[in-house]
Amino acid sequence: MYTSPLREPLIRGNKNYKQVTDDILSPMAGKPSKYWYLGIILAGIAALFGGWATFRTVFYGIGEWGLNKTIGWGWGITNFVWWVGIGHAGTFISAILLLFRQKWRTSINRSAEAMTLIAVMCAGFFPLIHMGRLLLGFYIFPYPNTRALWVNFNSPLLWDVFAISTYFAVSLVFWYVGLIPDIGTVRDRAKTKIRKAIYGFLSFGWTGSAKHWSRHETISLILAGLAAPLVLSVHTIVSFDFATSVIPGWHTTIFPPYFVSGAIFSGFAMVLTLMIVTRKALNLEEYITINHIESMNKIIILTGSIVGIAYLTEFFIAWYSGVEFETYAFFNRAFGPYAWAYWIMMTCNVITPQLFWFRKLRRNVMFTFVISIFVNIGMWFERFVIVVTSLHRDFLPSSWTMYKPTLVEVGLYVGTLGLFFTLFLLFIRVFPVIAVAEVKGVLKSSGENQKLTGHE
Amino acid sequence: MSKYITAYYSDEEDLLKGIGQIKADGLKIMDVLTPFPVHGLDKALSIPRSRLTRVAFWGGAVGATLGFGFQAWVFTIDYPLNIGGKPFFAVPSFMPVAFELTVLFSAFAMVIAFFLSNKLGPGAKPVIHDERATDDRFLVVVEVEENSPEERISQIEQALAKAGAEGITLKA
Repeated sequence: MYTSPLREPLIRGNKNYKQVTDDILSPMAGKPSKYWYLGIILAGIAALFGGWATFRTVFYGIGEWGLNKTIGWGWGITNFVWWVGIGHAGTFISAILLLFRQKWRTSINRSAEAMTLIAVMCAGFFPLIHMGRLLLGFYIFPYPNTRALWVNFNSPLLWDVFAISTYFAVSLVFWYVGLIPDIGTVRDRAKTKIRKAIYGFLSFGWTGSAKHWSRHETISLILAGLAAPLVLSVHTIVSFDFATSVIPGWHTTIFPPYFVSGAIFSGFAMVLTLMIVTRKALNLEEYITINHIESMNKIIILTGSIVGIAYLTEFFIAWYSGVEFETYAFFNRAFGPYAWAYWIMMTCNVITPQLFWFRKLRRNVMFTFVISIFVNIGMWFERFVIVVTSLHRDFLPSSWTMYKPTLVEVGLYVGTLGLFFTLFLLFIRVFPVIAVAEVKGVLKSSGENQKLTGHE
Repeated sequence: MSKYITAYYSDEEDLLKGIGQIKADGLKIMDVLTPFPVHGLDKALSIPRSRLTRVAFWGGAVGATLGFGFQAWVFTIDYPLNIGGKPFFAVPSFMPVAFELTVLFSAFAMVIAFFLSNKLGPGAKPVIHDERATDDRFLVVVEVEENSPEERISQIEQALAKAGAEGITLKA
């Protein structure tokens, strides 16, 4: 196999297979560090705040939120779309990059997929709680009932139900199938009886038999092939929630590709935020190298630029269409009462990520971390701008109004952030954060020691 | 009960060479355990191509038919609902749900078939030949009869040693 001498190794240090296992599994053994405790306490407090807000919403109803007759969708839907979008990076990394044979994905796919699952859970929470009557949540599924009614299959909100639940189920299966060999490794290294029993159960009896590996390879590839169009469909369908309506500012055919690239953009930003902290905290800098960060930054520029083009196209078409309502909606976005939100979005999504064209900045960890936070903020504001600015100027000027979230709405958002970080911190204690077997598979062709000796 | 003789290698290329040698000696390899998928192992052990891809296809076909058929049945036969004067048999708007169910059925059918065909599942009790087989050792397992004579066992062990095994163990 020819490997370019110019391409830098994906795994640093002269590692052998045993060291790879030791390095990746060591954070799971022993007591967690004090930073871990600090993190989980802060996340737990945030989640409790969310618990309080959930209680208020369920007990007193949606009236606890700042929504009104004109603005029926506010932070709830903003957060839903934001979280689903974040989830997209995990599937992109594990499925689409697998199909493109990008070896650098092996160091980040496991934790990115875990992030996907947690983000989709956080996302699913918002539509559920927005229903007001949580106990009747099952009404969204088509099941035979005494009312002899089915659900409305023409509604994009129902498509969302199918898209999000399929996405969660398939991502869970994909993640777990990939995890099974590594759980086998954890089981075989477990010192205590309890650990052995638990991981033995979770490993489903994996031994690493050649026949099992052969089938495992096959289904991983097919699952990736299924997950790739699935992930594109999910945010497409989320964008239909808006695009199939007749609200100026929502009713645009550009939405599906624009939402999908925005989703991958925000997802990669969140992966970077998490990975930059994780690699430092768990001493995994030899596995998640500066090259990985640079590769992700390149995807950030690409998707960020697509998002930027989409913003400009929307604006152009609003003017070029000659529809005065459409023109007004966009003019109002940029210069109306919510202009501050619009310009935060523009700055964080379109302007700052362009700095990654400079190689020095792309390879600067601290700088990348700051930009990744900016992108997270910018993409949240993108959804806020789309949802709120399009609604707050209704068809009748007498219903024009403004929207401000209440403390309960803030609590729900902070609560999902708390839930997200709590679950992620638990994940890094319980499962290997890097796909051990997959890293071993690329060690020979992309490890540092092999490069030095020019082996193959 | 039978006995197992295991030979281990610490490099996948030695393993592949060793397997060729072992097969040339006429020994029957029961299983090869590796910490990660080794390329070329399928061929060396003549493992046939997996048929799980077909399961995926048929699962997807069932999902697509069910998803599309159910929506069509609901909106044309069971309970036609006039929504803004749109057609009852609205093919484009049945697509998203039909697509999602295709993916769902395909993925689940394949994964369930994967677990069943490998006899993997919660509570499965595998024979663990060497705890480092999931870490850094590549294991070749040869099965021998319970009451095999000593000579037969030492003959196999010699053959494995000749094939470059770095360590050989006999397990009852």
